[in-house]
Parts: sequence; C-alpha cells; structure tokens
Amino acid sequence: MDNQGLTLLNRIKDSDIYFSFIKSPTAIASTIILLIIFFCSFFVEVVAPFNPFDPSSLSLMDAFTPPSWSEDGVAKFVLGTDGQGRDMLSTILYGSRISLIVGFSAILFSLILGVTLGLTAGYFGGKYEMIVMRLTDVQLTVPSILMALLVDGIARGIISKELHNEMAIYVLIFAIGISEWPQFARVSRAATLVEKNKDYVSASIIIGVSNPVIMFKHILPNILRPVLVIGTIGLALAIITESTLSFLGVGVSPTTPSLGTLIRIGNDFLFSGEWWITFFPAIFLVILAFSINLLGDWMRDTLNPKLN
Amino acid sequence: MSFLKIDNLSVNYEMRRETVHAAKNINIDVNRGEILGLVGESGSGKSTVGNAIINLLDEPGKISNGSIILDGINILANPENIIKYRGKKIGLIFQDPQTSLNPILTIGEQLIETIQTHLSLNFNEAKEKAVNLLKEVGIKEAESRFNNYPHQFSGGMRQRVVISLALCCEPELLIADEPTTALDVSTQSQILDLIKRLTKEKNLAVILITHDMGVIAETTNRVAVMKNGDLVEIGPTKEILTNPKEVYTKSLISSVPPTNKKISRFKIIEKENKTQGETNIKILNRWTKKEIINQDLVQVKNLNKTFDDSFFTETSKNSVMAVNDVSFNIKEGESFGLVGESGSGKSTIAKIIVNLYRPSSGDIFFDNVCVTKIKSNKEMMKFRKQIQMIFQDPYSSLNGRLKVKDIISEPIKLHNPSISSKDLNDYIYDLLESVELTQQSAERYPHEFSGGQRQRISIARALATQPRLLVCDEPTSALDVSIQAQILNLLKDLQEQLNLTILFISHDLPVVRQMCDRMAVLKNGKLCEVSMTEELFKNPGHEYTKELLKLMPKIESIYN
Amino acid sequence: MLVVAFVSFSLFTFVGDPINNMVGEETSDEERAELRETLGLNDPVYVQFSRFVINASQGEFGISYQLRRPVSDLISERLPATLELVIISALIALTSGTLLGVYTGINRKGFLSNTILALSLLGVSLPTFVIGILFIYLFAVILGILPSFGRGEVVDLGFWSTGFLTISGIKAIILPSVTLSLFQMTYIIRLVRAEMMEILQTDYIKFARARGINEKSIHYKHALKNGLIPVITIAGINIGTLVAFSIITETVFQWPGMGFLFIQAVKFVDIPIMSAYLVFIAFVFVMINFIVDILYYFIDPRIRVKAEAVSG
Repeated sequence: MDNQGLTLLNRIKDSDIYFSFIKSPTAIASTIILLIIFFCSFFVEVVAPFNPFDPSSLSLMDAFTPPSWSEDGVAKFVLGTDGQGRDMLSTILYGSRISLIVGFSAILFSLILGVTLGLTAGYFGGKYEMIVMRLTDVQLTVPSILMALLVDGIARGIISKELHNEMAIYVLIFAIGISEWPQFARVSRAATLVEKNKDYVSASIIIGVSNPVIMFKHILPNILRPVLVIGTIGLALAIITESTLSFLGVGVSPTTPSLGTLIRIGNDFLFSGEWWITFFPAIFLVILAFSINLLGDWMRDTLNPKLN
Repeated sequence: MSFLKIDNLSVNYEMRRETVHAAKNINIDVNRGEILGLVGESGSGKSTVGNAIINLLDEPGKISNGSIILDGINILANPENIIKYRGKKIGLIFQDPQTSLNPILTIGEQLIETIQTHLSLNFNEAKEKAVNLLKEVGIKEAESRFNNYPHQFSGGMRQRVVISLALCCEPELLIADEPTTALDVSTQSQILDLIKRLTKEKNLAVILITHDMGVIAETTNRVAVMKNGDLVEIGPTKEILTNPKEVYTKSLISSVPPTNKKISRFKIIEKENKTQGETNIKILNRWTKKEIINQDLVQVKNLNKTFDDSFFTETSKNSVMAVNDVSFNIKEGESFGLVGESGSGKSTIAKIIVNLYRPSSGDIFFDNVCVTKIKSNKEMMKFRKQIQMIFQDPYSSLNGRLKVKDIISEPIKLHNPSISSKDLNDYIYDLLESVELTQQSAERYPHEFSGGQRQRISIARALATQPRLLVCDEPTSALDVSIQAQILNLLKDLQEQLNLTILFISHDLPVVRQMCDRMAVLKNGKLCEVSMTEELFKNPGHEYTKELLKLMPKIESIYN
Repeated sequence: MLVVAFVSFSLFTFVGDPINNMVGEETSDEERAELRETLGLNDPVYVQFSRFVINASQGEFGISYQLRRPVSDLISERLPATLELVIISALIALTSGTLLGVYTGINRKGFLSNTILALSLLGVSLPTFVIGILFIYLFAVILGILPSFGRGEVVDLGFWSTGFLTISGIKAIILPSVTLSLFQMTYIIRLVRAEMMEILQTDYIKFARARGINEKSIHYKHALKNGLIPVITIAGINIGTLVAFSIITETVFQWPGMGFLFIQAVKFVDIPIMSAYLVFIAFVFVMINFIVDILYYFIDPRIRVKAEAVSG
C-alpha cells in the first residue's frame, strides 16, 4: 500500500541512522564509490570499452602500451595494455566482477552458516552450544588465510585437475566461506544470549510461542545490527583473501582472472618497467577494500550505543 | 553565609538534534553540619547539579550560566582550578560501589594515591591515615584488608571503602549521588547512619541526592525538590513533607506508598488539584468472569531450585540454592505478595510458577492440576493461557522491532487462530483503552513510549489471553514514584473488575502493604513467614520480618 | 592437539592415493603393491594412525612427494627463517601498535589522531602482498637500497641459522618484517584505541577524577593497565596470524621459510608437507594459548584470587 511505503520512508528519514549518515562525508563518499564499482562490475559488458577475453579483438602489436597520459600512450587504451594486448581498464573491470562475486558469495555463505549456528547455539544452550563454541574457538585460532588454503589444498587432492579448474570458483567460495563463519557464529551467539535474557522473550515463552518462531521472529531481527557490521568488514576481508589466494596461484583459474590474478601477472613485469600492469589492478583493489572498510567502520560507530 | 551557594546555575546538553536543558536557574545553599536532600524523579536534573559542582559533567554537558560559591570563592570563575578542589575540598560518591573502584588495584593503593595527591605525607604516614580512616567507616580488620582488592568486599563494605576514599583528604563538602540505591535495606540503613555520624563528627556540608522520599525523611535536615531541571521547592525537610506548597511536591508526596496504613487507592493529584478516577475497563465486555469459589488457585509444595554455574564444574562448588523448600497457597481472587531482598528467591519462584524454569524438586498445582508434571505441549498451552506475567524492566519487556499491535496480537492469534481481522483489531483497541492508552498507540513502536506507558502495554499483552492468574514481578520498581502510583491504581482496578488473582513480587514493603491481602517473606530462598498483610505489619512473627520493618526508610518518620 | 593430529592423518591417508603421487606413470602394478606393503599402507587404520602420532612426536613426518626429501629435514632448514621473521614482525607490530593505539585512545580528536586512524584503516584495506610489492618497487627498484628477495648471508649456528649477525642479513629482513607487521599493527591500534576509549568512560575513572587524581596518572596507571588485559589475548592470537601471513610475505620476497614451502606443497598436493605444517601450526597455537593463560594469571588479580581460593 502506498501509505505503508510512505511511512516506511519517513521512518527511515527520521531515524538516527539516516541522520548520522548524512552528516558523515566518509560514509557518503564510500557508498557512492561502491555503488559505482558495483554498477560497472554488473554491467561490465556494457561499460567496458573492450572485451579482453575475445581473442579476435586482441593484437600483439598493442601489447605493453603505457597509460594514455604518458609518452607512448594511446587514447583508446586509457590505462595501457598488458603483455597480450588486453586493455587494462577492461580487464580490471572484468576482474573486479570476479572478485566481487567470490567475495559476496563467500560472505553470504558464511553469514547464513554462522548466524544459524550461533543463534541456535545461544538459544538452546547446553551441550549443543558447547560443541559449537568449541568449534568456533578452535577454528578462530586458525587464521582465515590458512583455513582457506587448507580447504583449497584438500580440494585439489580430491578432485582431478581439470574438474578443479572448472570448479575453482566454487571451491574458493566454499573455502573462504568456511574460514569466516566462526566470526558470525560468535557475534550471533553473544547477541542471542543478550536478547534471550530480555523479558520480551520470556513473555513470548509464557504466551506459548514456539521456539522456532521466537528465534526467527523475535531474536533474529534484534541481532542483525552487529551481524551487519561484521558482514561488511568480513566482505572486505573476503575480497582481500580471495585476491591473496589468487596472487599466490591457488585461487581462481587463470581463465577467469580476478584482481589478485592480475596483480600476480603484472608483478612479473614490474622490474622491466611496465609498472602499470600491476599498479592499476592493485589500486583498484585497495580502493574497493578501503571503501568497504570505511562504510563498515561508520556502521560500527553508528550502531554502537556506548560511544557517544 | 552558607558554605556552599549555588547561584542561578544552568546546565545544557548539546545533543544531536536539540539542546536539553538539564538544569535551569538553580539556587541552592548548604551549610556545614547539615544534610541537604536533593530529590526528584528521573530527568529532574538532580544528578546533573551534583556533577556540575565538581565540574564532572558527562559529555556533552556544559555549564551555561551561574556561579558556585564554595567557602566564599566562586569556583566556576576558573574551571581549571576545580581539579585542586576535587578530593581536597569536595568529595563525591556514586551509586554503584561495584563499578566505582578500579578492579586491578588494591584499596590500599587507591587510598594512598589519593592521599598523596593532596597531602604531602610519605608512604608510612599516608598508610597510617588510610588505615585509621577504614576503621572509622566501620571496616573490621582494617590493617589486613588494606591489601585486599575491591572484589573481595561485599556491596555494603565496598560502599564504605568508597566513602573512605571520598573523605580521605578531609573535604568539607560531600556530594552523595544515590549512595544506597543499589544496596539492600539493612545495609542501606547502616550506610545512611554512617553518613549522618560523619556529618556531625567532621562538620561536613552534605548534599544527598536520591529519589526515595523515605530516605529524605529520615536522613536530611533540609530538602530541595527538582522537576525537569527546575527547582520546585526548597526548605526544611519537616516543613516540605508535612506542608508542601507546590502542586508537584504535593503529588509527589501523595504518590509515596504509606508505610503505616493501608489505603484503597493512591491519591494522584492532577493539574487541577483533582484526584484520578477509576479506569474504564472496556474489555470487561469480552471477559468471561468465573465465579469465585473460595479455593486455592495456586498451590506451591516443597519447591526447590538449585542453579549450577556451568555444565562442567562440580555441582557442589558453584551451585546456588535459590529456592529452599518453599510452600504456600494463593486463593482465587486474592492479591498475594512475595517479599524479599535481592537473592531471596522471589523472582525464581515466580518464574517457576509461570513455567519459565523447571523446579529441581517440588510441585506447583494450578486449579488442582499438577503443572510441573505436564509433558505435552498441548496440555501446556491450556495453562499458558491462564497464567500471564508482567516484568520489572519496561525497556526489555517489549520487542523494539514490533509495532504495539503486533506485540498484543501475538497471544491473541496464538490462542484464537481463527479470529477474524476485524475482531482482532477491535479486541486490541479494547485492550489498549482498558490500560488507558489511545487506539493510535497500536500503530507505534515501543521506543515512542515512556516507561510507564510501556508497562501499560505489557499489561495489555498479559490480559489478552484472559488469564486467571497475573504474576507481577516488581512491575513498578523501575518507575518514578508518581508513575508507580498510577500503575498500581490501574492494577487494583483491573483486579477488582476482572476478578483476577494476582501474585505480586517486590522488595518494597510499603508497596506490598498497599497492594496485597496476604503476603509471604523470603530470605535466602527460605520462607520466613506467611500471613495476612495487615497482621504481618502490625505483629510481625519472624525476626527477619521485624528487622525489615524496622529498617525500611519511612516517610512518616518526619512526624516523630 | 590430538584432534589436529587426526585431521592431519586423515589428510595423509585419504586424500588422494599417495602411491600415485609418489611414483611415475610407468610403474607396474606389482611394484605399486610392493611399495604399498613397505609403506604399511595395507595396515588397518588405527595402526597407521598410531604410527603417525608416534612418528610425528619424534618429528618424523615421512617423505615429501615432490621434493623427495624427508619432511623433517625440510622443516628444520626453513624453520629459523620463518621464526626470525615472525619474531621481528611481532615486536614491531606490538610495540608500535600499542603506542599508537594508546595515543589515539587518549587524544580522541586531534589531527594527528585522525590521520593515524585513517592510515590504519588504509592498512587494513591493503592486502599484504600489495604492500610487499609496493615496498619492493620503492626501495629495491627505485631507491635500490634494500634487497628485494632472499635472506642475505646467513650464519650457521648448528641447528639454527640466523640472519641477524650479518649486515646483509639485517638489511634483508627489514622489508619483509615491516610488510608482515603492517596488517597486524593496524589491527592492534584499533583494538587498543577501542579499549582505552571504553575504559575512560567507566565509573572508576570518573571516581578517580572526582578524587582529584591528575590526568596523566589516570591515563597510564589506571586506564592503561586495565586496557592491557584483553590486548594480551589478542597479541597471542596475533602471533599465530603472523605465522600464517608469513606465507604471503615469504612468497613475495622469496624468503626461504616454511610458508613458502607450504604454498608449493598446496600447489603440488604434497601431502606430507601439508600435514606436517598443520601439526606445526597447531603446536604453535597451543603453546601461545598456554603462555597467554599464564600471563593472565599474573596480570588480573581477580583470576589470581579465584585460583587461590579454589586451591587453598
């Protein structure tokens, strides 16, 4: 109904969150940057000037062209080309799409797994909670990079090489997702414990509401705030982890390069002077991660009731 | 010339969207050797004034106007100088002794540090002074306890340590901000006596900030009443309490539950000096009132509850026996009170009766059916319908993410799944009107309501299933005394018109006297005595009851 | 630890057929069966597991598939490199992180504080390998003052080889250790700052101020000591993270440590090295947790008293 939609909009406008958003230039700036990046990555086929994966459009003659503002630069290759004649800007945009897909999917997987386990563990308690928490404790001592590497390594051992190449993305998503879920579980459980002790949960129990309904109708909406903060910061971490793995050569397959892969490829040319091949993907990656972190930082400050 | 003179003091808090005037043009004076009470409800500004004197306002507070003249000197003229006065000329103590002390330093270290900051004494001299001070405030074995950490002291003892810290450099003005609110009744009376004694012995000027009128009556010489940042009245305590001039003061005093008699309703003096009438209980139309047969609706038999600290620790070491062989009955239609201090087990018993906890052993009978032995969910739902509860904390008892109408409709829809949408809305409106809230409240969210209004919403929710037993767990302890009076009146009206049976839990004896026909007294999980309320107050049987009655702060003591 | 050993072991046994990985295509079936017998792969699982544990506790991990050398040799060669790197990085991260964290926690609003914070946020957004590449480019290629790879000259002390005693060794360790420490340092700064800010708002700090204690004492004696307690836990975990992140740094700088070894192992599915690395890491973490618990005992009096009450 129109009326309901309007009141929702008004509610958002009146809320404290909106207020502090408007007042924070970093939040606005980072959101704008992120929106631009997301848009370009989604619609990359339209936005990018070239399709770097179409072999017919490539010509080795164009290889190693420096960025357009330098001496030997050419206008149509704004950021220069790589060793195969591919336009840097286009490869970066395609690469960021891969990075974003992996990052988002991994975090989503982590979130669903972690929140479900954390919420139920906090709510039911007992042995179940103990087991889940021990699991998170053990896994939290293992840094995510290591975890992801391990899972990836095992996957390579189990699946044959060709299959692995095709499935690389899914393996990667799974690996990064598995490495991040304990954070979500921890936060969800802690928040659930706080909510569980509140009287409105007791009231619902006394009324006779069933456990699943209490968990998902009452508790879940109230624990989303800290989960969202962890999610945003985790997204940045997931993207960095993916690019690190790709850089190390154990990430996505070379046929669908992500930003990390591009940086690795470019690294080989760093000493021979073609700095732009690694520089631009790196800058792009940093801007992406930095904007997400800025946003996450702002979220953490706004949603924290203690810091005034 | 008074020792402390606060002249036209104004304090503002610059919040995000507006400026809050926490204190407006306050004029107060205090002399040495006297205790001035600063009383008011939440938001009155009393704590703000206390903090302003020592310039320790929480951000973003600022003193916007006025002067504070201490012993002839305007200490606000040069705010940086305040640091010299803190501890040396002015001592300040807070409400919660648990959080006032640094947990990783011994109290000895904290004492010596304070002493050496202001007085030039060497270590041994300072230590001697500190130990003497501990003795003075009543800490036994002061020498050895000097090296203890804060968590090794009980609540009352910790507050004495806090007092010794505040007084160790011999200030002449003491500001005590709700010093006994977090303590139980017997400890409270000891601390107040201590403050009175120290005031006389050291000729201190004392400002005692509190919301408890009984404490004011028994401890203070003069009193200042504040409301919403304004100073309403100031004068000798006896005069203000027996013959208040302002309407607000009158209504404040009349809201305080009398300790010496039972009244049928609280007199709430509204603006036109009229008293509040009875509530119109609209849901009476839908209520199927049962005939009251003089039977025991609730029977509690040999109830025991032990809490184990954690899954793996040995049960004996960390377990707490919260309820110890408690038995009592509640007759249908009556109002039964359960009284005790914190740790007495009263809340636990309530939670067992509503089936939030399972007892370790013992049974609860409701309407002659053993509730504790019910296993099937369907059976349980029948009882859930008949027993409902309202809670102490108005802020955590409502889910902030749901609209009021969704909060109230939850129980209705659960127990009447086939109710039509129109009927549901009508029912919700009736419930809201029965607790004196408007129909528009249904579309709002909990954070838009005050504490008292939230409790009304909780009551509406509890009544939605037409329960026979309403358990009230300290329902007004977190509310201002004037709001408390309104809510208690509402509960009385509801009980009378709907034939409710009420189990009323509280630590506040005067409130229980007003609300309950019969009552039980608990101490450390054990039942001390059960009897008719009036009988208990006039002729207490158990030693503990006698002590509680003797020590509770009474506003009527002003007449002595 | 036992759990980790089991995981390692499962890796070893079930992931991929070790025989296939070890021998070439041409080996006949008979020879494979013989090899299986000698390696004891036909024994029941629990026998294999106990053998694994016994061997592992003696540092015997079998033979690397790819490099054909005993894993334990490889580890002892590479271990000092990684450990030296990690120790220096940890020192850098902890000291500068704590100092900067305390400073920004106390001075919430200054320009310098905000700059440090902005930079720290940037630090969290920069992947370690990007930092590494940047440093190499800046110092090795453009400025040419520091080496871009390797460990420099090493002095062999019997079971340990150290790079600390040579100039080139010291020069070589600067870039990698700073790179490695950066990520952790920024994390520590933000953590310490959050702690300090939270503590400065507590009642006991307010009470101390009310007693006239001067600001400097309040910051250092009261606030900082309380603030360090959670930092110690984090510091412990940090060292673990450093060991893991050394994988990246070693790759970028071609530092001959265990991390570099591990990456190669993952690429070539060299199971013995992988499982050995796992066990090693687990051991490190367990040790760290243990040390942290001991430290807690000394710093927080509440824990000390509780422990004494239980035992006394």
